[in-house]
Parts: sequence; C-alpha cells; structure tokens
Amino acid sequence: EDEDDNLGLEAWERSYADDRSWEALQEDESGFLRPIDNSAFYHAQYRRRLRTTARIQKGLIRYLYIVIDLSRAAAEMDFRPSRMAVVAKQVEAFVREFFDQNPLSQIGLVTVKDGVANCLTDLGGSPESHIKALMGKLGCSGDSSLQNALDLVQGLLSQIPSYGHREVLILYSALSTCDPGDIMETIQKCKESKIRCSVIGLSAEMFICKHLCQDTGGSYSVALDESHFKELIMEHAPPPPAIAEFAIANLIKMGFPQRAGEGSISICSCHKEVKVGVGYTCPRCKARVCELPTDCRICGLQLVSSPHLARSYHHLFPIAPFDEVTPLLNDPRNRSRSTCFGCQQSLLSSGNKPGLYVACPKCKKHFCLECDIYIHESLHNCPGCESL
Amino acid sequence: MASAPSKLYSDDVSLVVVLLDTNPFFWSSSSLSFSQFLTHVLAFFNAILTLNQLNQVVVIATGYNSCDYVYDSSSTGNQSVGNGRMPSLCATLLQNLEEFMNKDEQLGKQEPEGRIACSLLSGSLSMALCYIQRVFRSGLLHPQPRGSPDGPEQYVAIMNAIFSAQRSMVPIDSCYLGAQNSAFLQQASYITGGVHHKPQQLDGLFQYLLTIFGTDLHSRNFLQLPKPVGVDFRASCFCHKNTIDMGYICSVCLSIYCKHLKKCSTCGSVFGQAQTQSDEPSATNRKRKTTDA
Repeated sequence: EDEDDNLGLEAWERSYADDRSWEALQEDESGFLRPIDNSAFYHAQYRRRLRTTARIQKGLIRYLYIVIDLSRAAAEMDFRPSRMAVVAKQVEAFVREFFDQNPLSQIGLVTVKDGVANCLTDLGGSPESHIKALMGKLGCSGDSSLQNALDLVQGLLSQIPSYGHREVLILYSALSTCDPGDIMETIQKCKESKIRCSVIGLSAEMFICKHLCQDTGGSYSVALDESHFKELIMEHAPPPPAIAEFAIANLIKMGFPQRAGEGSISICSCHKEVKVGVGYTCPRCKARVCELPTDCRICGLQLVSSPHLARSYHHLFPIAPFDEVTPLLNDPRNRSRSTCFGCQQSLLSSGNKPGLYVACPKCKKHFCLECDIYIHESLHNCPGCESL
Repeated sequence: MASAPSKLYSDDVSLVVVLLDTNPFFWSSSSLSFSQFLTHVLAFFNAILTLNQLNQVVVIATGYNSCDYVYDSSSTGNQSVGNGRMPSLCATLLQNLEEFMNKDEQLGKQEPEGRIACSLLSGSLSMALCYIQRVFRSGLLHPQPRGSPDGPEQYVAIMNAIFSAQRSMVPIDSCYLGAQNSAFLQQASYITGGVHHKPQQLDGLFQYLLTIFGTDLHSRNFLQLPKPVGVDFRASCFCHKNTIDMGYICSVCLSIYCKHLKKCSTCGSVFGQAQTQSDEPSATNRKRKTTDA
C-alpha cells in the first residue's frame, strides 16, 4: 500500500513519506526537546569492545567454514524479508570484511537443507566466488541437521595444513536438529580435531549449541534483530585469540610476484584466456595469474603481495586504548587544548562547557570521541605518537 | 592485487588535504628552493579555491620532529590580513608555516644527533585521515604528500594509514620531488586509486600540480592521467632487508625470511614442533612434507 500512497504524492513529498523524524527526539533534564545523542552511547559500546581485546596472540591464518541453515525455519519472516535473505546479505558483507582483515585466510560455504549438508563452495581465498554462490537461488525446506553439518566440515577441514586455524561459524535458524547418530560423539571428534565452532542463533538459545561452543572454545550468541545480527557476525571478522596447541607454527613458502609489464601478452593460468598487460608472474614457474592472493595453478606456490601481509601487522603492534579525561572546569590549561589533535574539531560542546574527550597515554595528545573510535577500529595509528 | 574501485562522484566539489614536506635536510639539498616551491604551491591552492565555491583546502605541514595543521580555508578566523600586496590566504599560511618551522626546529634541538633525516609522513597522513572522517561527505578528498626519502621504521604505520584510506575510499595522490623513488608513495597511490607523479622539470611545477593533481575526482573518469609504471610489491626479508621473490613466512607473526630457520626471531615460535604431545607425529610430518614441496 505504501507504493500506491507514494504515487499520489508529489516528488518532494515522497522524500518525507517515510520520514519519522519525531522518533529521533528526546527530552533532556529540563524538559527541552533535543536530538538523541548517539555519540556517547557508541563510545561506551566501543570501549566495552576494546576492554576485551587484550594483547594476546591471534590466529592469523584461518580456514573458516560458514554453515548456513536452510531449513524451513529459515523462511520465517521475523527478519525482513525473510531470515534467509537477511543471512545471505550479512554473510556477503561478512565475507568482504573477512578478507579485508585476514587476507591470507580462506572461507568455504556449507548449506544444510532437508537434513543433508552440502558444500556450496570450496575453501578459497577470493571473495567473488563465494558471493556469487550466495546470490544464487537458495531455497529453504526440510529439517536442519547439526551433526551432518559438523561431520562434513570436520572431514573437509582435516585436509588443511597444520599451521592453519580451523574454524566453523554456524548460522542456525531452527530450534531442533535431526541427527543420524550421537551428536556428542561428533562434538568430541571436533574437539580432537581442534576445530573452533561458533554459533549465531536466530531464534532462541539452544543447549546443544551452547555445549558445542563451550567444548570447542567458540562463542555462542543469539541475534535479537537484524542490526544485532550484523554486529554479532562482524565480531567474527577479526582474528580470534589463538590457542597455541591448535596450530603448529611453521614456515610457509610464499612467492612475491612482480607485475607483468604494460602491453605484455600472455595466457593467464586462471581463466585460460589471452590477456594483455595487467597481471602477475609467478616467481617459480613464471605462469601468469590475474589477481592476488592466490595459489599458482601450475606449481602450487602461494602468491601474495607485501600489502597483504602488512594488513595483519596491526594485530602485532596494537595501540594502547586511550584514557578518558575528565575535564576540569575553570582550568586555565583547558584553553590551550581545546581542539582535537587529529581532526581539529573543537572539544568544547555547546555552551562552552568542555565535552567528553580522551587522551593517548603515550603522547598525551587529546582526541575527540569520533577520532578515538576511528583510530582504534580502522586506522590503528595514533597520530600523536607518529608525529613525535 | 586489484587497485581500488572508483566511486561514482556526482559533484565537482573537492576537499584537498595537502601534506607539505618541510624537512630542512631535504630542502637544503634540493635544486628547487623552498620559497620557489611555495610560490608554485600557493598559486595551486588559489586555483583550486577558485574552481568551485565549495572547494576547501587544508594544509598539514610534515616536519622532521612534528606535524601540525598550518592552514584551513574553511575556518572562520581568516580575516583579511592583506596588507595590500598579499591576499589573506598567503599571509595566514606563511605566518603559520613560519611558526611551525620554528617550533619544529626547537623540538629538534632537544633530540640527540644521529637520527635518519626522514619526514613523519605517517603522522601527518593519520591526522589528514582523521580530519577527512570528520568531514564525511562523499566524493571529495585527496591528500597529496610531497617528498623526502622514506623512513623504513614507519612502514607499518604508513601501511595502516593506506589501508584505512582505501576502506574510506580516499585517493592519495603523491607528487615526489626528490631524486630517488619513494616506494611508500607509489604503493599508497596505487592501492588507494590515486595518481603518483614525479615531475621532470621543477620549474614548471605549478603546471604539473594544476593539470594532474588539481582535477576533482568526478572529472578523473574522463581524463588520461599518468599511469603507474611497475609498482614493486615485493617484500624485503626481515633478516637481511633484501628484496626477495620467494620467501618463508612464519605462520604465527607473518615475518618474512629468505631461508629456512629453526626459530622465528620476531615471535620466538619454534617451527615444526607440536606444542602438545601428538598421537601421530608421523602423520603430521607427512602432511608437512607435501605442503613444503
């Protein structure tokens, strides 16, 4: 009905048709209306996240399988338009984010439908193939089976090299599982194979999922709505703390290809077509590949470029969390430090009262809340410490 | 590795954040004097500001010991200081720049001798990105560094800044004025989708600046700008700092080595040994042999 309403409106009216701007207002202490101040809320949330990431070793080379539940419970409409559509969309965003943060890792997709687990895509390091498979037609029907999914994943993950960290992320919509045997045995086998299983439930908390995650060292959470689901799934993108016995440290042989010169013509080994110019040459067998990171098809050497490795270096040299500064009113020193060092925004909130801000413990420069979040989540450099 | 995809920019409005290298060690040995360089650059800023009413220029000076904001065209404190000969833009900028250089030099006197003469590019890039995040309108911005030699100790910090810029779709253009090539700036421009250029004739710097770097991001879709020639993405090994084609990576900390070692020197992990007692040591050995082949 919304569409019919919109057609009767003028063009300028349509932009306001769904606008509920009155919901973005709140009353403050003296009864005046003001817009909802989200920045302090985001900042508190972000600081809670920061406190949990201490300086511990992380598993940087990950082999992750995502199990998507396509049973009839996934066709429920409590997430708009349906649970399955929301899951597909968020998994696509997650896959991009995952490869952004873990360029040397690989993802595979598994679906569970009619009680049978099928491998949708094999373990691969390029996001495009997984996203293409997700965009295809995914029907929902039948029961879901946790044991079949775990059996399949455990078989697939037994073939990976010993230095990799094995993980499974199960996106479970159903409230039951239809298993051929004893699931406790399967969980025990997963524990022995050192697979870290995590589950994100979409309906309600289940004991068996909780037990699985606790036994294997993963995390279990249940999504309340779409934005909460997105938050929960993105928590799995950064590398989890590494359990030392799970992966044997090893030296991996890798090649650093150079870019082929402009105008050079060769047959690329991935598409078997003639390509001009842009591409990379494997240093061992001189075959041409189109993009990095990848495994050379001819000789099997893993090919990366130095920025791929550099993407993970911020995990090895993290920056200290900034301390909150309680501003002292009528402090003469406040005049000189009234702008954020990073973005030059004034640190005084409305009414010339000093607002909430943070300071770096090493260089003592002051930063506003937005810069604090940006520096710790995206930039990973403190501008003050780098300018010394 | 694919370079950054270009966003669809629908407007001509630009915010240009310029990182000026004011390293005195570099400028004293360069063929172009700093004052001549400044005349080119100031004319370039004026040109950008006249191209569109909403254009904005922010200048961050990159010093030897510190970095600071020197000029912001949108700040309201720009009174017409003009004494009749120079417009207010030049006057404010030059004044701030002079103050900055004095402060920078004073900070330097307290440091011991023997430091490498490189500018703090990572610091000013980080500040520029924080400023851009604050602005957060789409389709505007491009920091443009200039140049003295790279400092290898800033590698991780600069790469962090580059990846952050790539995620927020901020192209980094670089104009390199020194003698050798700067691998950092080349990589920065390639990864973020910007333009890297090394002007051949420094007398015509203003022309290079205006025609190559002065273009807003929407128009770049229609222009043929200098293409990157052979960006070298090879890594250097941690033990000898040589550039290598093939190397060994520690699976725990991702340090790069050129030959096989028993123990990683960065993280101390011992290679090839199970941390706990494994039931099938022969199975793991077999698996390891096939992956190393």
